[in-house]
Amino acid sequence: MDIKIENLTKKFGAQRAVNNISFDVKPGEILGFLGPNGAGKTTTMKMITGFMLQDEGTIIIGGESMLDSENDLKRNIGYLPENNPLYLEMPVIDYLIYCAELQGINRGDVMNRVREMVRICGINAEKHKKIGELSKGYRQRVGLAQAMIHDPDILILDEPTTGLDPNQIVEIRKLIRELGREKTVILSTHILPEVEATCDRILIINDGKIVADGTSDSLRKQAQGHDIIGVKIEDGEKNKIFRALQELSSVSVVDFVDQQDNRFQVQGKPKTSTQRDIFNMCVKNKWIITEMMLIETNLEDVFRNLTTKINSN
Amino acid sequence: MKLIWIIARRELSVFFDSLIAYVMLILFLGFSGFFTWLYGSDIFLIGQASLRSFFSIAYWTLFFFIPALTMRLLAEEKRSGTIELLLTKAVTDRQVVLGKFLSAFLLIALALAFTLPYVITVSSIGNMDTGGVLCGYLGLLLMSGVYISIGLFASSLTRNQIVAFLTALFIGLFFHIIFNVLAGSITGMTGKIFNILSLSTHFESISRGVIDTKDLIYFLSIMVLGVFLSEVALSKRNIGNA
Repeated sequence: MDIKIENLTKKFGAQRAVNNISFDVKPGEILGFLGPNGAGKTTTMKMITGFMLQDEGTIIIGGESMLDSENDLKRNIGYLPENNPLYLEMPVIDYLIYCAELQGINRGDVMNRVREMVRICGINAEKHKKIGELSKGYRQRVGLAQAMIHDPDILILDEPTTGLDPNQIVEIRKLIRELGREKTVILSTHILPEVEATCDRILIINDGKIVADGTSDSLRKQAQGHDIIGVKIEDGEKNKIFRALQELSSVSVVDFVDQQDNRFQVQGKPKTSTQRDIFNMCVKNKWIITEMMLIETNLEDVFRNLTTKINSN
Repeated sequence: MKLIWIIARRELSVFFDSLIAYVMLILFLGFSGFFTWLYGSDIFLIGQASLRSFFSIAYWTLFFFIPALTMRLLAEEKRSGTIELLLTKAVTDRQVVLGKFLSAFLLIALALAFTLPYVITVSSIGNMDTGGVLCGYLGLLLMSGVYISIGLFASSLTRNQIVAFLTALFIGLFFHIIFNVLAGSITGMTGKIFNILSLSTHFESISRGVIDTKDLIYFLSIMVLGVFLSEVALSKRNIGNA
């Protein structure tokens, strides 16, 4: 089932928590929702899952509008909310049975589904305990189990890996990747490596608006108009080299990295051959380049660029 | 309907797992038993094979116990955030509210069922008015329904259980005695309206053995109103960050 979101808006008082956003997600796609705190990620997810009503815009899931057939559509959605709220006083198994029944699974299949979820989420050892007695990681697994118990076509996961240890994070990511092959998955997070590791597509939201949409590679390329190059140039006086670098037409900013070592960080202008210019300059002055490397812009820089630019405007 | 029952069953199991149900049953049976059989204007003092004293005690004990049962129904889910999980399952707000109402109602019905030995004992002492007793139980059930719907509404307003408890008691107090007092002290149309609003008037007429449609409509309409308002309060999440 695909999700199509058009001009979605949600206001809390005068503040627009979600401001006219549109995007769509296809089956077999894992969409990463990225954004600073309070950007509107959770609110968008709450609207997609039917917990909250939008003020404007439409949510169309599998060709049907959420407003018209909310209850049929809810059956196709598995949701793991932020902070993973669970009934702490209930035993794990009872809770999963309860969720299965609420989602309308046939009486005969309930136990099969519960058993399968216990296996997939690896909660076999803890299944008879009360949820309140479990560690945070296991609670997160129970949260995932309840989201997937009715085998939904759509999974909405709000920060699914918070509170897990590194091993568990890897496992959960692997699980999400596997599920994402046939399901439509939206997951929100502010852990950037997580998005790169799990998501096919990234949507960056800031102040209720979409500021970027694409794969992690394409986002990186967008930001890579100006490369950052690290160079070490020897056999010359460092201030002279510095000035020479600055005078190159393809260089916008030069910075010392290490005063002793003649290391510089050079930021090139977009669409110029900065590396070649530096090389030619050194040849001309008989300086020797002992190091030159392209410092790759990582997703974090992209993220910071996109989300702070807007704020300062 | 099936979904309402699934929700009600879980709520009931919470009542029993958390000992609330046992405490409530023991206190209710203890209080009503003590005042029906041992102390005050008990059966032996009156000297009649009648459960009148039991009904008037239960009238007061239920008034205090029901808010204690209903206070957590929605407030707790709102505080812990589980309401979000519940409402994003394939259930409607109405089914959730009705399921919670049903769970408290069934628990009260169970408590009343445990007083059936009183009926058997009294009927063996003398000539008991069976119809009157049945009507008394009906009155208690209807009254419980009203206070549960009020309690549920109070619980839907807040995420704090104590606030829910006190709000329920406060609203309940109007129906329980204040309207009655006002009806007695004000004459004319206003007095009549207060008399109609007073729960005790309707409860007394039913527990005397007279089932009037007016009384039934009164009880049922407050129940429906309470459940409806709880649903409205739940849907308030759509306009704010509740």
